[in-house]
Amino acid sequence: MTTTTDHGLAGHSPRLSEGLPETSPNRRRFSWAFPIRIALLVIAAALTLGPVMWTLSTSLRSPSESFKLPPSFIPWNPDFTSYGEVFQQLNIFLLVLNSALVTGLIAVGQMVSAALAGYAFAHLKFRGRGALFSIVLATMMVPVQVTIVPVFMLIRGMGLSDTLLALILPAIPTAFGTFLMRQYFMGLPAELAEAASIDGASPWRTFRSVYAPLAMPGMAIVGILAFNFHWNEFFRPLILTISEQNFTLPLGLVSLQGNLGTGSISVVLAGVVLSMIPALVVFMFGQRALQDGLTAGTGK
Amino acid sequence: MSTTTPHRERPKRAAGPAASGVAPGGAHTKNPATNARHSQRWLAWIFLAPTILGMGLFTLIPIVASVVLAFFRWDIISAPTFVGFDNFSEVVQDPTVRVSFLNTIVFVVVAVALQLGLALALAIMVQEKMPAWLRVFFRSAFFFPLILSAASVSIFMRYLFNEQFGVVNWFLSLVGIPAVPWLTTPGGSAAVVILVYVWQNFGFSFLLFIGGLASIPVETYEAAAIDGATGWRKHLHVTLPLLSPTTLVASVMAIISALQVFDQPYVLTRGGPGDSTRTAVMVIFESAFQRLEFGQASAIGVLLTLIIMAITAAQFRLSKRFVFYQ
Repeated sequence: MTTTTDHGLAGHSPRLSEGLPETSPNRRRFSWAFPIRIALLVIAAALTLGPVMWTLSTSLRSPSESFKLPPSFIPWNPDFTSYGEVFQQLNIFLLVLNSALVTGLIAVGQMVSAALAGYAFAHLKFRGRGALFSIVLATMMVPVQVTIVPVFMLIRGMGLSDTLLALILPAIPTAFGTFLMRQYFMGLPAELAEAASIDGASPWRTFRSVYAPLAMPGMAIVGILAFNFHWNEFFRPLILTISEQNFTLPLGLVSLQGNLGTGSISVVLAGVVLSMIPALVVFMFGQRALQDGLTAGTGK
Repeated sequence: MSTTTPHRERPKRAAGPAASGVAPGGAHTKNPATNARHSQRWLAWIFLAPTILGMGLFTLIPIVASVVLAFFRWDIISAPTFVGFDNFSEVVQDPTVRVSFLNTIVFVVVAVALQLGLALALAIMVQEKMPAWLRVFFRSAFFFPLILSAASVSIFMRYLFNEQFGVVNWFLSLVGIPAVPWLTTPGGSAAVVILVYVWQNFGFSFLLFIGGLASIPVETYEAAAIDGATGWRKHLHVTLPLLSPTTLVASVMAIISALQVFDQPYVLTRGGPGDSTRTAVMVIFESAFQRLEFGQASAIGVLLTLIIMAITAAQFRLSKRFVFYQ
């Protein structure tokens, strides 16, 4: 990021994702613009991260101290009793298992089905391709709330009400994932298919041995996005599950908060922190992929 | 299932090139091409089957069913009866439904304005000159809330906004502001729902703006600098017009998602006090799954969808006048 802009046109790429190279710096006098800008950004970052820091810190206080003010943002002497308490109050293993099962199967299902459909839309020729793709895209615009009542009845009719399958099956067909995978496959040259067919490979083999391995990064984005969204999902599980043994983590946490009222903040917050850990892991390893996935297709 | 097609095709394909390979001329290229096209068609439908069947079953049929259901009275237990437009007229006259739609509109206007304004200002500030590690830190910080669940965010925010022992009021007390009854007054809880929602979601618009800013060529700024545009005027006359396509996308997405807000008001306030934070989606949820009025719930859903479609269409129409493409 040490680009100077005074020389040549060809020297640097204007589309670096690392941001704009700076326009001619004002060297004549000291400017307050930089320190003020950094200060504002630091305040914004503190407001964004502060609540999470407070949550972590308070979960590490003893239950009796969780109300105390001034608030603490750094856990100087951590006390893990609240974490033990969560495991007693809440069947957290079951909740994590349910969430992992639901989220994992949805992610794998989306990766596979979106890769197959995306490849068909990108590289296979069949009648009605354009129209069908438009229909798939259009379903992205439909809010979940509009379809939830019939989906609920359909699930009941299939005899799946109050099962984990009720959460998994409807979430596997993914318009956004299909769109993303189509874009990804379009970025891979069609010449690969020609070369493979000259070598005598069937279209299926061409997909399996040539395109699918190359599309792994795209599939990873679909999987990470699915994981992030469904791990955090609240609305559908609230409606489609009834008994506590089928709850996912967000539902369990909200019910824990309801049971305790304002009794012990630190216990509830310990549960919240536990539920964040998988999201944090995904954040650390898949941040770039998540960002690309979230903003895919929104550019020009 | 998916292996049947290649198996069936393979002998034909193997015979095709082999046979034509001997004979010189036109047949050489024609045969494999038609074969490939034929098997492609089959393969395409097999590849599409999981997605298309799933969407048909869980999205397209439910949409139709939802519209049909809006004309029936049904509580699951007894048989559905056709009531014409009764559901719609009842819903439109229901004060709770009216208030919830009004709340939703106010929420969308305020939350989206805050979200886009904050995201744009922060994106411009982050993209200007600073050390790379600092830029990475700020980007990650603003992106971070997006990965958390709205339910758990709402849980800890409830404690932060508590009137007696909440951290927000403690900070306010430091500058001499008396305790604000955030979650027990209509205005206060509406403000909390908006603040919590914006806190969690501005990072998404921020990412879009970062992408948009990165695609503005440096030469544009150089030209503007030669013309004497610096500082804020540079952003007013160069950045904002060139960013208008991104702004359109960001606002469409922000509005669609804000119209569907549910998790935050449900966990933070359960719609109260009174109906002050009850949103359209909460009313759909309550009428369907608490009062078992599935017809009415469908009618509200249809109305909400019509509103979303109308707003989106209006935005794209308006954008023809204000969006500037390079």
